[in-house]
Parts: sequence; C-alpha cells; structure tokens
Amino acid sequence: MSQTKSSKPSAVQTTGHAWDGDIQEFNNPLPSWWLWAFYATVVFAVVYWVFYPAWPIASSYTKGVMNDITFLDSNGNRKTTHWNTRSALLRDLQEGKTAVLSRDYLDKVAAASYMEILGDPEMMAFTRSMAKGIFGDNCAPCHGSGGAGVIGLFPNLADDDWLWGGSVEDIQATLENGHLGFMPAFGEVFDDAQLDDIASYVLSLSGHAVDAAASERGKAIFQTNEGGCYYCHTHEATGLKSQGAANLTDQIWTIADVNGAADLEGKKERVKQVIANGVQRRMPAWSDRLSAAQIKLLTVYVHELGGGQ
Amino acid sequence: MADTGNDALYQARIKIYPRSVKGRFRNFKWAVLGLAYGVYFLLPWLRWERNTGPDQAVLFDIAARKFYLFDLVAHAQDLLWLVGVLLIAALLLFFVTGIAGRVFCGYFCFQTLWTDLYLLIERLVQGDRVARIRLDKSPWNANKLLRKAGTHLLWLAVAFWTGLTFTLYWDNAPDLVVKWFTGSAPFAAYATTLFLTATTYVMAGLAREQVCTYMCPYARFQSAMFDEDTRIVAYDTSRGEGRQGRHKITRELKSREQRREQGVGDCIDCGFCVQVCPTGIDIRNGLQVQCISCALCIDACDTIMDSLGWERGLIRYTSEAQAEGKKSSLLKPKTIGYGLALLLAISALVWSVSSQAPLDVAVVQVRQPLFVRLSDGHIQNSYELHLENKTDQPIDLAIMMHGLAGARLDAGKFSALTLAPQHSLRVLVRVRWRSNHNEQGSRSFFLDVIPQKRQDLGMISAPATFYLPGSAR
Repeated sequence: MSQTKSSKPSAVQTTGHAWDGDIQEFNNPLPSWWLWAFYATVVFAVVYWVFYPAWPIASSYTKGVMNDITFLDSNGNRKTTHWNTRSALLRDLQEGKTAVLSRDYLDKVAAASYMEILGDPEMMAFTRSMAKGIFGDNCAPCHGSGGAGVIGLFPNLADDDWLWGGSVEDIQATLENGHLGFMPAFGEVFDDAQLDDIASYVLSLSGHAVDAAASERGKAIFQTNEGGCYYCHTHEATGLKSQGAANLTDQIWTIADVNGAADLEGKKERVKQVIANGVQRRMPAWSDRLSAAQIKLLTVYVHELGGGQ
Repeated sequence: MADTGNDALYQARIKIYPRSVKGRFRNFKWAVLGLAYGVYFLLPWLRWERNTGPDQAVLFDIAARKFYLFDLVAHAQDLLWLVGVLLIAALLLFFVTGIAGRVFCGYFCFQTLWTDLYLLIERLVQGDRVARIRLDKSPWNANKLLRKAGTHLLWLAVAFWTGLTFTLYWDNAPDLVVKWFTGSAPFAAYATTLFLTATTYVMAGLAREQVCTYMCPYARFQSAMFDEDTRIVAYDTSRGEGRQGRHKITRELKSREQRREQGVGDCIDCGFCVQVCPTGIDIRNGLQVQCISCALCIDACDTIMDSLGWERGLIRYTSEAQAEGKKSSLLKPKTIGYGLALLLAISALVWSVSSQAPLDVAVVQVRQPLFVRLSDGHIQNSYELHLENKTDQPIDLAIMMHGLAGARLDAGKFSALTLAPQHSLRVLVRVRWRSNHNEQGSRSFFLDVIPQKRQDLGMISAPATFYLPGSAR
C-alpha cells in the first residue's frame, strides 16, 4: 500500500534564482495530471477550430470544414450550411424523428373528414394533444387556456352555447374568416324606465320571476319596431346565428354576468348596462395566419372543448 | 508551505503486482466471473418471442417507456418495482455482510471481476509478478513496448466491449451494433459506450484497489455492519506466531516439532499471502479496511501448508469470536431482522409484479375550466381518461358511470374504443348533471371502464369528483 513520504521542508527544491542576495523561490511544479489535462484542452481547441466556426475575421469568421447542415429556409429553399446551432435546430424541427412522426400523423388527420376524426380515438387523442399547443399560442390570450373565456369580453368556448353556430363547419368558418359581433347602444334611444322594462322582459325569457307588468311593457318594445330587438334576437329570442346574436332564453350569459349577480335587481342592472351600451366584439380571421391543417385541428379541438353540435 | 511539509495529505500510490495463485477460492471466483460475464455479455443477444413488442429478451426501451424482461413488461407506472429491486439489493447486502462479511466485495463486485480479468490479461501478456516487476524496471525496448502496448490494447478492447454491451440493453442489439459501426447510431449510444469504455479502462486497469480503498462507499459502511461473529478472512495469530513469532524455514527450524520446541509458530514468513493480495495488504496484521475478503491469501497459505504437509487453515474464514476461542452464533437479532426485512421486501415485490393490472385506468380532471354552465342549466365537468393496455391482446372498451343520479355521460362520438396491445390512449369524457336542490361544492362518483368480450378482465371503477359552482356565487 501507500506510505507517507517523509518530505522535510528542506526537501523542496528551489528554482535557483536569487534576488537581493537571499530571496529564493521554491520550485513547486504543477501536478502532472493537471498539466496533461491542460495540454489535452489545447489539442481539443485546435481540433475544434478545424471543424467548427471559431475565429473572427473582420466582418466574417472561420466556418469550419463541417458543411453538413441541410435544412429548408423560410422561403422553402433547401440550404446547406456550416455547423451552427440555429440551423441544427431548424433541421431537427424539420427532419428530426419526432418531427417526421408528428408530420406523418398530421397528414393523416388533414386527409380525414371531421366525422372520421371524431369517430377515431387515436386521431382524437393526437388532435387534442397537438391542437392544445396551437390553441395556447393563438386563442388562449383571449379565450383562456381552457377556452372558458371572460364574461363581458370573450365568449366561453367550453359550453354548449354558440353565437355563430357550433357545428364543425360553423366553427371552421368562424376560425377562417373571423367575426364582428355588434349590438347597437340603446342608451340614447330609451329612458331608464324603458331600459328597465326591456331588461325585465329579457330576464323573464330565461325563467326569472320578474314584475309581470314591466315585462309586458318590455315585450312590446322588444317584439315591435320600437326597439327592433327581434331583428337579430328573433321573436323567439333564440338569436339569429348569421348575426351572432345571443340566445336570450338559455342560462348562458356572455356579456352581462347575470349568473354572477346576487339578486334580481343586480341581474337587471347588468342586463340594462348591455342594452344601454351595446356590444362591439371582434374575432380576427385566422386563414392567413394558420394552415388549413392547423385550422382543422383547432376546429375539432374547440368542437370537443365542451359541446359541439 | 514549507512548515507543513511533514504532514503531507497525499500519498503516492505504490504499484501492486499481485501474484497468481491456484486454489478452491480462486476456482470459485473464476466460476462466478464466468457466470456473471456469460449473463452480462450474452443477455442482450438472447431473442424472445412476443405477440407485441421487440424480440429481445431484455430490452429497456426508454423512448416507449417500456422495459422488457423476458415475459414481463414493466411500464412507467411500475417504476416502484425498481425501488423494490434496489431495496432488496441493499437488504441482501446488509444480510450477507452481517453473516459473512464482505462477500459481495470479494466475489461479486464488478470492480473485483473486471480487475481480475485485467490482471489475467496482464499476466498472459507480461508474465506473472516477478516478470512484471522486472519488465517495469527494464529500460524501454521493443519487447517492453510490445508487451505494454499489447496489454493496454487488450484492456481497451475489453473496456470497449463492456461499454458497448451495456448500450445494447437499451436498443435492439443486432441493429444497434451495425448502426454503431456504420456511424448511424444515436449520439447517446456513442456517449454511453465511450464513457463506459473510459471508466472500465481507468477503474479496472489503472485505479484498481484505490477504487475500493478510497472511492467506494460500500467498503466503508459495510464495516459498520461487522460484529465479532461476522465471518472474516483472518490469520490464526496464535498458531502462526507461537511464543517467539514467525520465522522462515531454516535448518534448525524445519519440522513442526523443532519449531514448537523453539516456540516458533507455523508461519514460515514466505510472503505468498502478501504477494497474491490484490489490495496489497498483509493479512497477518489483522482485519483491515482495505481487505475485500477475496480469500486469495487463504488459497496461497493453503498451497504452502499442503506443500509442507501441515494442516490447512493458518489463514481461514473465521470470526473474531471464534479466533478468540468463543462460540460464534449466526442467529442474532440483527441478522434475523435483516433476513425478515429481506423476505418482506421480496414478497412485496413478487406480489406487486404478479398482481400487475392488465388494464390501467387513471382519471384526470380537466381543471381549466373546472366546470361549465350549459344552456339548459346543467353543469358540465370534463375528465381525461388515461387508459393503458398492458396485455398483448387488443381490448374493446365501453365507458359508463355510476354514483351520480340523473347525470349524463358523453364519451365522444367513437364508433368503437379499442386499445391496441401494449398501448395507451387518452380519452376526453364529459359529465352533465343538474342538482335538484341547488347544491354547491362537489360530489364523488365513479367512471366505469368496462372491457368487452374479455372474460379475464373485470370492470374498473375509477373514482372521480364532480364540481358545482362554488358558494361564492
């Protein structure tokens, strides 16, 4: 085994230099393993210069001899370049194992009809997983990561009420072309008592116990040309899909937070606000931003979020 | 600093030239080595017939998160089995160490096995101990260069094959070997192989006993499990030393009778036991932390005793208590405790493996949003069902629910829900319910996954929670 070396101070050699007569310098050389590791890094660096981009030269740099990264640039042209991480990442995103795998599956889903996708558990699982990312990137800023929307601003996509139609065709058209949601402001047209009457009638449509006389007066405004509400909301108050008009007979409120109000007065006040101020909402068109396949995935995803028709 | 020069913390290694020895322990060690290497090097090449999956008997498929062990397929959720295996390995080490000392170190540790193989290569190329010492001292010439280079090349070859074999456990072996040498294997395969090549070469070829003495934690904590009844390799001091100590054989001290009269022990101080020691210690100095209980010194001493015609056992397996003439008992609370814990861990693992669910169901609540109000006043909750088929046959499934009166289940528009063999799937289901009493908070219910046309699989009821709009509203 090992034994302790008896190294006395005097055993340490000096470099032989002497200053001012008696100042000497001990000679303690670096450990050899350290020295060899250092030489190895020097050799590594020289090899590296040959293969990889290394030395700056004025406005350029040495590119290295590995001219082996081939990828498609943003214009779709095949480019071969020296080694660099940006191009290597692009290549992996285009030709990597998982990229090829998901592209193949995407092609399969893109070629299938909506009924085929909805009827196939495997394709649905793929669609939901891939569309979740697209939804998160593009839709979630307004509609929320789970599609629950924001009352008064952005519609809830996870419920079964659809302003512009909830079939896959309707959803696809909405995604492609976008929508302008508009309801005129009646605050200048009607006085407060009239607004109160209309709000009472609107609440009565969804089964709220309101003052019957007020509701009757409100109905007269709603269903005639005095208010003209029925133009868009229809006589049955179920809403005209082509106008994106809300169904006033159900339990879902996308602008006035009726379900969030404590009592009937509060509910009425919230409905009145909407009638007085009107609604202006805009959903952008996505056909020039997303590919047809991406829109298809999103259509199925949104359809399945809560209750597509 | 000049004044601390006396207390050097660093000890330069003194190179050890272990001498070869023949004997029963050496034979046993060769047998263990042959068996271990046979399993390790050949197992990746063993083919295995499966209905679904690769045809390799043992394959750890990281990408697919499936671990094939003959007829058993371990999935990611079965990771707890690994805990079980590690626990059993640890308890087995404690148990065996408590009874028989450092058996693992001496016979089974891969450091010992690979060092043995490297020593064998060294001996075949450079000769035994004396020849190697002479070669090291001789000036560099063609012969020395050839022998030294040959040794290191053979070591590297063994190291490389060791590293490559390890890599083969993680992919289809015949394919991977071809890919490895044609430059199309994954980077991880090259990195793993070269890293293990380097560590094998350095540990078994260059570092050797320093790994056991300085690096290995097991060597240290095994000492904590020793007691006076633990089997250890020990030198019989009273027999070997006598009253006057050991002595070489001389004309006056030739027969045992002569030695007894002179008060000299049976040890003839030939040094064979020191020369064969792979860690370079002298067993006659008593129990030492460097001793890996490889028992080669027993073989060495037995050889000498046989040649002298004296009985064996001057160096032998014994215990401290036995060596002092006391009775040694193996049935002690500590060993019984280790043994019971070991049995418990083994039974738990066997039970867990044998009761692996053929169909795995997990319910994950969609929490964003937690619930949605529908147009007819119903509340809707969504759930993602994680289904995994662990059998090698497809399973047709139906999804139902119970425990929430009047609720409706929407499991999508699938014409058929079939789980492919060894395959997993995520299915979104929705539950719609309206409480008649305007209840708030949450309700528990069960989602039922019912295998169709399979008598061997029962229904799985997974607990789930239905959330209603909270009391804040």
